[in-house]
Amino acid sequence: MINVSKLKRGIVLDHIQAGQGYKIFTQLGLDKLDDVVVLMRNVDSSKMGKKDLIKIETDDLDLNLDVLGLISPTITVNYISDGVAVERKRLILPEKVKGILKCKNPRCICQSEDVGDITFTLVDAKKKEYSCEYCESRTSL
Amino acid sequence: MLKNRSLIAPTDFTVSEIDEIIQLANDIISRPEHYCEACKGKLLASVFYEPSTRTKFSFDSAMSRLGGSVIGFSDPKSTSAAKGETLADSAKIFSQYADIIVVRHPKEGTAKLFSNYSDCPVINAGDGGHQHPTQTLTDLLTISRYKGRLDNMTIGVCGDLKFGRTIHSLVSSMSRYDNVKFIFISPNELKMPQYIIDILNEKHIPYTETSDLEESIPKVDVLYMSRVQRERFVSEEEYLRLKDFFILTADKLSKAKEDMIVLHPLPRVTEIATDVDADPRAKYFEQAKCGMYVRMALIMKLLGIDESSL
Repeated sequence: MINVSKLKRGIVLDHIQAGQGYKIFTQLGLDKLDDVVVLMRNVDSSKMGKKDLIKIETDDLDLNLDVLGLISPTITVNYISDGVAVERKRLILPEKVKGILKCKNPRCICQSEDVGDITFTLVDAKKKEYSCEYCESRTSL
Repeated sequence: MLKNRSLIAPTDFTVSEIDEIIQLANDIISRPEHYCEACKGKLLASVFYEPSTRTKFSFDSAMSRLGGSVIGFSDPKSTSAAKGETLADSAKIFSQYADIIVVRHPKEGTAKLFSNYSDCPVINAGDGGHQHPTQTLTDLLTISRYKGRLDNMTIGVCGDLKFGRTIHSLVSSMSRYDNVKFIFISPNELKMPQYIIDILNEKHIPYTETSDLEESIPKVDVLYMSRVQRERFVSEEEYLRLKDFFILTADKLSKAKEDMIVLHPLPRVTEIATDVDADPRAKYFEQAKCGMYVRMALIMKLLGIDESSL
């Protein structure tokens, strides 16, 4: 059993679907932080069986919640101050996302022109499908 | 308010905004001379990155009949695109010269890209297999003129339902009107794509799928025929096998309702026999004319031309 001490100040990403933790770690660019970051995988969970968990010790971190909602909407985000959770956020699938998805349609103009970050709009929440702002073809993560 | 808006997809405009355009188009048809200088001093950039005869002529004649001028090209090899200029820059530049841009490009989403960078309204004249909204406006004007309504009807669509972008746009546009039913007539290989079926199911709009054209004809108020396009097929054998699958003939049309109309986005290949042309229910040539009038109305609306000042 590995013990990780409680955070004094920072953010805990809890209830991450087991196996998704590393994906979130890289998507959020946590490897580039100078702060202490702990990624725990396959932690026992009464609700989920197994879960992943990320703890970030930081004074200030602007988290892109869109990414989190899309990758694993089961996540809870806990903001910790003085060792206690001061705010908890549950995530939902974002209506629009930018800079995360890629259009897979070979006939889309974005494949041959530099169009910058494409805005994708949620079209099917069950399948987590989003449509490209240019060609409207559907894609998912 | 349609002034300074762009038209990228047929459902960009609300039903009442489309009614506004149709109303103006009908007025232009009834007194074209009243509008012959409506766009005097205005410039339309006709930017065609792939060949088109019908759509380009339709837009060019629409602007000319409004007293405006047209600049543009229909061969991208002779433009700055050949020098490697980005489409974003091209859109920005064209909009410095012209008051409105009409763009056609083989890649999907190009019109949207143009509208993101242009300083003037952009009209999508076809972006690959994606959208062709002015064809849809044409279809809506034609149906409303010859049926007197856009609601309470059964529409049969026949032919290449899988790849036919004009059909997808027509179905999603007509599904916004009350009590419209669809009959989809196609070979199994060219059936309506699932995303259109999903839209209809979501809105509880009734539809049937069949491969029997003859049996469907007596049931429909509008029969929309479409071309089976060679370029959509992987193999020539497949194309040749399917292209003649559904041919409308005068004989088959004899079973249709008296006031039914036959439409086709044109050009036709063999799917409508020439003996249908003489039938008063064949409206596809009138449909092409409606296309010009509805584009005149659209150009006026997007340029914000005040009809009451003419």
